[in-house]
Amino acid sequence: MKFSLEVWRQPAGDAAGTFTSYEVDEISPDSSFLEMLDILNERLTESGGEPIAFDSDCREGICGMCSLVIDGQAHGPQRATTTCQLYMRQFDDGAQITIEPFRSGAFPVVRDLVVDRSAFDRILRAGGYVTVHSGPKPDPNDIPVEPEVAEKAIDAACCIGCGACVAACPNGAAMLYTAAKVSHLALLPQGQPERFARVQRMTEQMQKEGFGSCRNYGECEAQCPKAISIDFIGRMNRDLLRAKVTQPIDFRGDMKTQ
Amino acid sequence: MRRISGFYQSLIGKKAVVACTGLVLLGFLVLHVIGNLKGFLPPAAGGEPDIDVYAHFLRNVGEPLIPHLVVLWGVRIVLGTALVLHVVTVLQLAAHNRGARPIRYRGAEHVAATAPARWMLVTGCAVLFFLILHLLQFTFDALGPPIAPRANFGCVYQNLWEAFQHGGVLLFYVAGMAAVGLHVFHGAWSALQTLGIDNPDRNRGLRAFATGMALFLFLAFLSLPVAMALGVIPEPSAYSAACSASAA
Repeated sequence: MKFSLEVWRQPAGDAAGTFTSYEVDEISPDSSFLEMLDILNERLTESGGEPIAFDSDCREGICGMCSLVIDGQAHGPQRATTTCQLYMRQFDDGAQITIEPFRSGAFPVVRDLVVDRSAFDRILRAGGYVTVHSGPKPDPNDIPVEPEVAEKAIDAACCIGCGACVAACPNGAAMLYTAAKVSHLALLPQGQPERFARVQRMTEQMQKEGFGSCRNYGECEAQCPKAISIDFIGRMNRDLLRAKVTQPIDFRGDMKTQ
Repeated sequence: MRRISGFYQSLIGKKAVVACTGLVLLGFLVLHVIGNLKGFLPPAAGGEPDIDVYAHFLRNVGEPLIPHLVVLWGVRIVLGTALVLHVVTVLQLAAHNRGARPIRYRGAEHVAATAPARWMLVTGCAVLFFLILHLLQFTFDALGPPIAPRANFGCVYQNLWEAFQHGGVLLFYVAGMAAVGLHVFHGAWSALQTLGIDNPDRNRGLRAFATGMALFLFLAFLSLPVAMALGVIPEPSAYSAACSASAA
């Protein structure tokens, strides 16, 4: 197969970027999108050019490292699919394909198509943990969990933290990521001790990183490679509003009589 | 105070303020349109149009316990505050969001977002513009004839009738109500999702509620102006003599 690519090239984060056109031919329909870029990079290197920088790791759709906005959609046009699991047979022969980095003020471009997503790590560090006891190993199934609830929590835990939700959101909001991380712990009994502190800390960090606010477009859900539901955003909002309205600010403050 | 400022400083808190004030304003629109529909009812015993009776009632709600105009001004203050909070908070969020996504994509931007959702700021500005002119026309009586004939104060039916005899006024109201309908179509559902009330169980019902609200408001608000423009309901002269005389 043959493709015309329009690729965003930017030598460094503080340098100006521009689109560059490339023609690639003799691409197997069974090569993945990233393999197609590998082949292009191989040819660029052989002809003395600079290869296109892009992120990837496991290439089996579970690590969340690959990114790319392909024809205006995070991880490309196929629903519930990461870029590494997207195959060239999904495109028409001779198609023109535009490839851009994930765009967000909180995801600065490092080089070409590589962006720095460490803002997500800082959100996770702010509250994405549970306390565990340090005693002897607990028995399996020690804490009963309703199977339906467990499934729902796993739906949230499917988030691979790739940042497609931020890339897809016209407001650059990280609500779906934060909601998935908040909800998968808030749904389970193990996550209850920090439930209201967690949702406040993680959304505060989300805001501090400069992510936008949610306008309920649903673009994040549509472009999420794990098809995570915006139901989790509603759950997170409910927990946050409850925390802000009912949880004490001064847990241990002094009181006077009168 | 610390609780309120902490709430308002968070993005989700701000969204909740927009959602709650939006729902307050939506509730007002429903009450407003019920009042409008009274224009279709037969006149009261003395020949006064039913909608005029209702307008007098709005000024005297709660009497004799609550003095004249107190409830009216109370409601005006609540609605004014809700409107100011709604607009100011949305503008703050919009400014913040612009910084969150400084560069647009070359490819198409939208897969799931509906057109009314994307045009919320535009329809919101249109509704605000409509509201200002609407208040100037009928509440402050500041536009003057022929758009708002200076008829007798309190002669609601007659004032409306004369205003809607002008095609331009009617067209402006159709456009204004279209903006309200589009804004409510996304806004009524979006407010419930923001407040965490929507979930997969309720989603169909809540979206149907928002669609129904948008359609109902659009059709019900326009029914009286259109009926008056087409002359399918009685002319004001058929009603109370006092109001008809002053128009001459």
